[in-house]
Amino acid sequence: MEISSKFDHWLTSRNWTLHPHQRELLSYAARPAQLLIAPTGAGKTLSGFLPTLLELEDGTHTGLHTLYVSPLKALAADIKRNLQTPIDEMDLPIRVEDRTGDTSNTQKKRQRAEPPHILLTTPESLALLISYPDAPKIFSGLKRIVIDEIHALAESKRGDQLMLALSRLQSLCPDLRRVGLSATVDDPDAIAKTMAAHPDPCPILFADPGPAPDIQMLIGETPPPWAGAGAAYSVPMVLEQIEKHKTTLIFHNTRAQAEIFFHALWLENEARLPIAIHHGSLDREQRQKVETAMTQGALRAVVCTGSLDLGIDWGDVDLVIQIGAPKNIKRLVQRIGRANHQYNAPSKAMIVPANRFEIIECQAALDAVLAGELDGETLPVGQLDVLCQHILLLSCAGPIDPIALFNEVRRAGAYSGLSRAEFDDCLDFCATGGYALRRYEQWHRLKDMGDGTYTLRDPRTASRIRMNAGTIQDTDTLKVRMQRRRGGAPLGEVEEAFAATLTPGDTFLIGGQVVRFEGLRELVVEVSKRANKEPKIAVFGGTKFATSTQLSERILHKFETGDFRGLPDYTTDWLELQKTMSVLPQRQTLLIETFPRHDRHHLCVFGFAGRNAQQTLGLLLTKRMEEEGLAPLGFVSTDYATLIWGLDPVRDPATLLDHQKLEGGFENWLAGNAVMKRSFRAVATIAGLIERNLPGQRKSGRQATFSSDILYDTLLKYDPDHLLMRIAQIEAMRGLVDFGRIRNMLDRVEGKIVHKALPHLSPFSAPLFLEAGRIPVKGQAIERLVANEAAQLMAEAGLKIDA
Amino acid sequence: MEGYQFSLTGATMVALPSGALWWAAQNLLCVSDLHLGKSERMARRGGAMLPPYETTDTILRLEADLRATGATTVVCLGDSFDDLEAERGLPENEKLWLTRLQAGRSWIWVEGNHDPGPVEIAGSHLAELPLPPVVFRHEAKTGVSGEISGHYHPKARLNLRGSSYVRPAFLIDIDRVIMPAYGTYTGGLHAHTAPLCDLMRPDAIAVITGSKALAIPMPRDK
Repeated sequence: MEISSKFDHWLTSRNWTLHPHQRELLSYAARPAQLLIAPTGAGKTLSGFLPTLLELEDGTHTGLHTLYVSPLKALAADIKRNLQTPIDEMDLPIRVEDRTGDTSNTQKKRQRAEPPHILLTTPESLALLISYPDAPKIFSGLKRIVIDEIHALAESKRGDQLMLALSRLQSLCPDLRRVGLSATVDDPDAIAKTMAAHPDPCPILFADPGPAPDIQMLIGETPPPWAGAGAAYSVPMVLEQIEKHKTTLIFHNTRAQAEIFFHALWLENEARLPIAIHHGSLDREQRQKVETAMTQGALRAVVCTGSLDLGIDWGDVDLVIQIGAPKNIKRLVQRIGRANHQYNAPSKAMIVPANRFEIIECQAALDAVLAGELDGETLPVGQLDVLCQHILLLSCAGPIDPIALFNEVRRAGAYSGLSRAEFDDCLDFCATGGYALRRYEQWHRLKDMGDGTYTLRDPRTASRIRMNAGTIQDTDTLKVRMQRRRGGAPLGEVEEAFAATLTPGDTFLIGGQVVRFEGLRELVVEVSKRANKEPKIAVFGGTKFATSTQLSERILHKFETGDFRGLPDYTTDWLELQKTMSVLPQRQTLLIETFPRHDRHHLCVFGFAGRNAQQTLGLLLTKRMEEEGLAPLGFVSTDYATLIWGLDPVRDPATLLDHQKLEGGFENWLAGNAVMKRSFRAVATIAGLIERNLPGQRKSGRQATFSSDILYDTLLKYDPDHLLMRIAQIEAMRGLVDFGRIRNMLDRVEGKIVHKALPHLSPFSAPLFLEAGRIPVKGQAIERLVANEAAQLMAEAGLKIDA
Repeated sequence: MEGYQFSLTGATMVALPSGALWWAAQNLLCVSDLHLGKSERMARRGGAMLPPYETTDTILRLEADLRATGATTVVCLGDSFDDLEAERGLPENEKLWLTRLQAGRSWIWVEGNHDPGPVEIAGSHLAELPLPPVVFRHEAKTGVSGEISGHYHPKARLNLRGSSYVRPAFLIDIDRVIMPAYGTYTGGLHAHTAPLCDLMRPDAIAVITGSKALAIPMPRDK
């Protein structure tokens, strides 16, 4: 495809020339699937839309021509603005509209009757569109699909949902062409395979990655503390950098850390520099205010989290600061790309280690960035809970033919290996619930029509299924509002579980201010400004990322080769001291130190398996110690080690780590674990077994709804092999439990355990004593705790227990 | 019996960890809000297809309580069936199982809002059961004394240093007892919410069920 003269004039009038990759992508416009990998600021989006604008230029196409899908609603709105400029200036006969959760119902209805030429949407809104009986009409004439920021979608269930929807669209419009736009990733082939209609090929075009970033560690005179993740010590240094630059983005790994850091920044911000905060728990209006101020250049810095990872154009950012070790090289690179949004100029970035150990981790991450090495998890195969939701949504559009649907689903890359048995399990779950006990035959959700097709028994079910669509899991959150200002803008949201632990008078941070909890009123957390105390930490959301396997390997490699370049003297001294007193951990062996301290015996395992896996290892090892009668009392984990304390010394750690015994105890332990219940809840919601909490539904009849834990316990007892139990287990193993990395670590060291029985703690184990998040070993302890608490409350209230 | 013993208008009762109430002097076991047949009702109405095991699970637990107490009178305090059609739709084996449990016992179905009419299964069917010095009814009335009711599915929360522990609970004061729901598929209403706070006296206690029956001051908002 060639650029038209009208377009050429427009570009010339703006003094623009196309980048080589934009021109090249245009020449591939006829391919059924094409992936573009380009760094931030390389004009990815224009590349994606060029063929569409050219094909629509002559005004002969009627109906929908191009569907644009992005992971963020805000991105769709942003793109709409950006597309409107060339369309208006060239007076092109093209109508562009967006359709997201924020679009009004009237607008949505009208879009279904008269679709625009270009529709900008999200995976969730698209999944709903294909659930309407008139979907074939809406999409007739559709030629192209542009998937933006596909790297962000590909690793999640949202990606699975999108690709299943695309398979359906491909059946409706067989000559549909797909273009994926991605940031730099470690495994482009995997994304290409996911996005093409299987088995179509999907060639990859790599744009010039641009110059290497200007990136360094930000450390000053004062060394960072020995433990912790907040990096409050760095506030003066960070303020100094903000003053030196035009606009700075300050990234944090969790929302709570962002809040605390923001608060600390303002306490020392004597120059009153305009600094704002932006994260996913803040109210939408508040976030939009920050976004607007940012685009107007009114802010000097924004403290933020992953909510800003993805590409809205933010103008003049000239410095990115990452607080805390990035844990993952890919995320670091993508964040760095947010600075200097001009292609061809290096991005400037700094990393602030939050504690002594993170200095080593940050240096390892810097080395990796400069070496152009990325990390990534292997893409999981298509998730079955998403498939269940897809089947239900399609059943809302019309009768389902299982054979045709099976073939259609297998054309989605992630599901190309799906077996007929797995598909049938999902269909059976949608139709009957899929229980071993066959019950209420006459009330099945999908009815077998006798001709091999399935249809909704009760058409009214369709609206419930649609209301439950989507794969993003909102934990139950409550709005936070100032007391006596009902109708005033909410400050943001906190998790229900966090709100449940608050008692009037407690203080916490939200939106950068310390507020005092006054009470709960109709599911709104009411707060006041009467807060002068230190805040109790806000524990809303915020995943704890685990250090990636590749980054851990790089750290161990540093220890092995003694490559301490870039590290400050106090860090190399610390490493040398560890070498003298114990030994530095290595890749091929597993270092375990044991030593007494005060009246407790300690054991420290340096597994370097990432926080989640080290946590699981702590649970499993203490369980093994209980079996051996070694009376463990508790443990604490970081990304690199687990420290366990107990009453008795461990003389032979190797027996505790016996592969078989660890794995044997694992399944039983997992079944009763809260992580399993959490996975089950997510899986059951996506698959449509439990309905999301819908607004308005919550107030009435709270006693009529019951917790998903009850369903989990019931299935565990009576139907443990149920489809959803199997999916939940696979997810828990991969996610928070991360058992795979424990297994990999044990495989890696092949039983070569280096046991150092020391007279006292070592330089490496010392910081673990300062870590927060110590976990007591429960067993009988929880019951004693509950009983003591109850007795104390009764005594305080002056009530007599006469049992 | 292992449980929390208290006295209601002169009658000595025990709140069992299972959520049942034991009145030894009358050899009587009371359970409330069984909601048998809930999954069938949900499916019938086009709702979620829940695992169809809740009736089995509820009856199993009731059977264990009957065996442990040796009760000769059983009071089911309303909402025993999720609706009247659910009662008629119970599979044969579950009906037979209930009939076996009823053998040699006096069995009273008190009406609830979910099951307001006569049931087909054997047993006496009553709007309420006066058994001086107390009266059993499904939903609490204000201004009465010596009343045992259910309906609200009360639950209570204990805060344990940052984590919280929520369980179905008995609410008890000198005038009344509000029983927790016994059925497997039942949610709960927090004791600190309005209808329960208004019904109970300020010095009421909550007895948390679970592996032990534990008394705490009834949680309130203020």
